[in-house]
Amino acid sequence: MDVTINGARVYFEIPILGGIPITSSLVNAWVVMAVITGLCIWLTKELRVENISKKQAVAELLVNTCQNFVNGNMGERYAHFAPFIGALFSLSALCSLSSLLGAFPATSNLSTELAWALLVFGMITYTKIKTNGFGGYLKGFTEPIAVFTPFNIISELATPVSMAFRHFGNILSGGVISTLVYAALATASHALFSLLPGFLGELLGSIPFLQVGVPAVLSVYFDLFSSLMQAFIFCMLTMLYIANAAQTDEA
Amino acid sequence: MLEKAIILAGCAVGAGLSLIAGIGPGIGEGYAVGQACSAIGRQPECKGSVTSTMLLGCAVAETTGIYGFVTGLLLLFVAPRMFIGML
Repeated sequence: MDVTINGARVYFEIPILGGIPITSSLVNAWVVMAVITGLCIWLTKELRVENISKKQAVAELLVNTCQNFVNGNMGERYAHFAPFIGALFSLSALCSLSSLLGAFPATSNLSTELAWALLVFGMITYTKIKTNGFGGYLKGFTEPIAVFTPFNIISELATPVSMAFRHFGNILSGGVISTLVYAALATASHALFSLLPGFLGELLGSIPFLQVGVPAVLSVYFDLFSSLMQAFIFCMLTMLYIANAAQTDEA
Repeated sequence: MLEKAIILAGCAVGAGLSLIAGIGPGIGEGYAVGQACSAIGRQPECKGSVTSTMLLGCAVAETTGIYGFVTGLLLLFVAPRMFIGML
């Protein structure tokens, strides 16, 4: 039997700059962004100080959770990072969770994560330069001794690559393994029920009974747990790296 | 024809070999989880922070395994076409 694992489908190309392909992951990411924006607008309509509605309670709960999460991990000084971290988390989590609806998740495309990781890398570098000055930033590469400079540069460049690959690999491996298990279950149920004699075996062998139920267990792990976990870890690492970059020698 | 066969075989064997990288994270994460379990056993009140730190550490330890997985994927889906094109 055939097992096919495809990347993002290309819908059409915009014929400028040598052709910009519009892929299903791109469309998916924009749909998720629209959903998040719409949700934010819907939740924050008719805000009141007293006698709040259930909707506003949910919105306040989300904002408070996000704010406490950032404050707890980065300290009060970085409270202004909460909107960025919240946006990153919700985008990453919803993009990955959209695979539950059968869509091609935008996070199984390396470009998405690489863009986020480069953004975070830019913020880390900016924070470092802001804290230590440009000279201090360059001098940081020669520590503890000048011989370490190449290794320090490599480890600096490895940060965005490892962040992007970690998220990408986890989400993609979930999709690949689910596809393989699905195909294997179809084969297994065909082989099993074809053992029945005569017409009954032919009939039951053509229906993949084993595909019911078992993939759902995998889906709970790969789609729900892994998606939320990776979004959490991406945000956690972002916060740790940025808070680390802002640390001066006396602090 | 023989050249193509050699390329395909090499890519398939390489993809299999690259997944040996999964051993390292497996051992490392197992060790981390074991230590976390004993820590929770000693101080059950620290369960929340131990668990979240452990999950973060596990995710970081997983990186090398993910590198192996990505290399295997590249060998299976990208490399054969590239190498055959180079012939």
